[in-house]
Amino acid sequence: MARAATTTDAFNAVAELRRRQILDLLAAGERPVNDLVGLLDLAQPLVSKHLRVLREVGLVQVREVGRQRVYALDSRPLRPIHDWVRAFEQSWNERFDRLDVVLAELIEMADGDVSSDE
Amino acid sequence: MSAVTSSGTAVVTLPSDTQVRITRDFAAPKHLVYNAWTTPELIKRWWSGDRGEVTSIDVDLRVGGRWRYVMVANEGFEVGFHGEYREIVTNERLVSTEVYEGMPDAEAVDTTIFIEADGRTSVSILIEHSSKEHRDAHIDSGMELGLQEALDQLEQVAVSLSVP
Repeated sequence: MARAATTTDAFNAVAELRRRQILDLLAAGERPVNDLVGLLDLAQPLVSKHLRVLREVGLVQVREVGRQRVYALDSRPLRPIHDWVRAFEQSWNERFDRLDVVLAELIEMADGDVSSDE
Repeated sequence: MSAVTSSGTAVVTLPSDTQVRITRDFAAPKHLVYNAWTTPELIKRWWSGDRGEVTSIDVDLRVGGRWRYVMVANEGFEVGFHGEYREIVTNERLVSTEVYEGMPDAEAVDTTIFIEADGRTSVSILIEHSSKEHRDAHIDSGMELGLQEALDQLEQVAVSLSVP
């Protein structure tokens, strides 16, 4: 089934689970296509299709090694996504830092209850 | 148990076009985290973070019960959220709807899971929006507030520089 405009930018490219899995695998180091096919347990044409999408947005680079095509991660296009969610993440961090304080008090109160029972 | 601080370790990911997931570990057992998550007097103390003051927390913690959180942001305007509980497994799992009152057509479904290991609790919140546009607007709201905070800081710096 045709899906329009999935390849236009890194945002769309990483919206697909299998493509994120490929990026995770490549984050550990470059790999030939056959490796990826084996690790993902997916048909080779499907893996190639995902790799093509990732290449079009610049998230992976390919080089020929003998008869193999070896893929490597290029994380630079992920930067805008990171920047985009960072402010949102920051607001949750502030919230959770306060929750830490509340929890520390609850733990102290719970410990107090235990010692008073003894 | 030493309280290992987890400050600044919330992780936000976008599992699909319509979802946002927020995860964070806490140095406390899950029944305490669940308590802090669902008890109005405790929610009041953390929910607004550094963005403002919580003015009202209503929690009717039963399936079909409603919740509403309201804060006054530092910039002076009021921000309200509300929803309805759909699933409650005490200390384990909460599913509720969530509506940002500034955008009442965009109802999301939040699934919050509490998992304890070695006395620490991992909390995962999955926010499922009805469309990519609503999801993106939700994240943009953080961006705007983050920007606002940055501008406030800049203003403070500017003021301090102008003092003779």
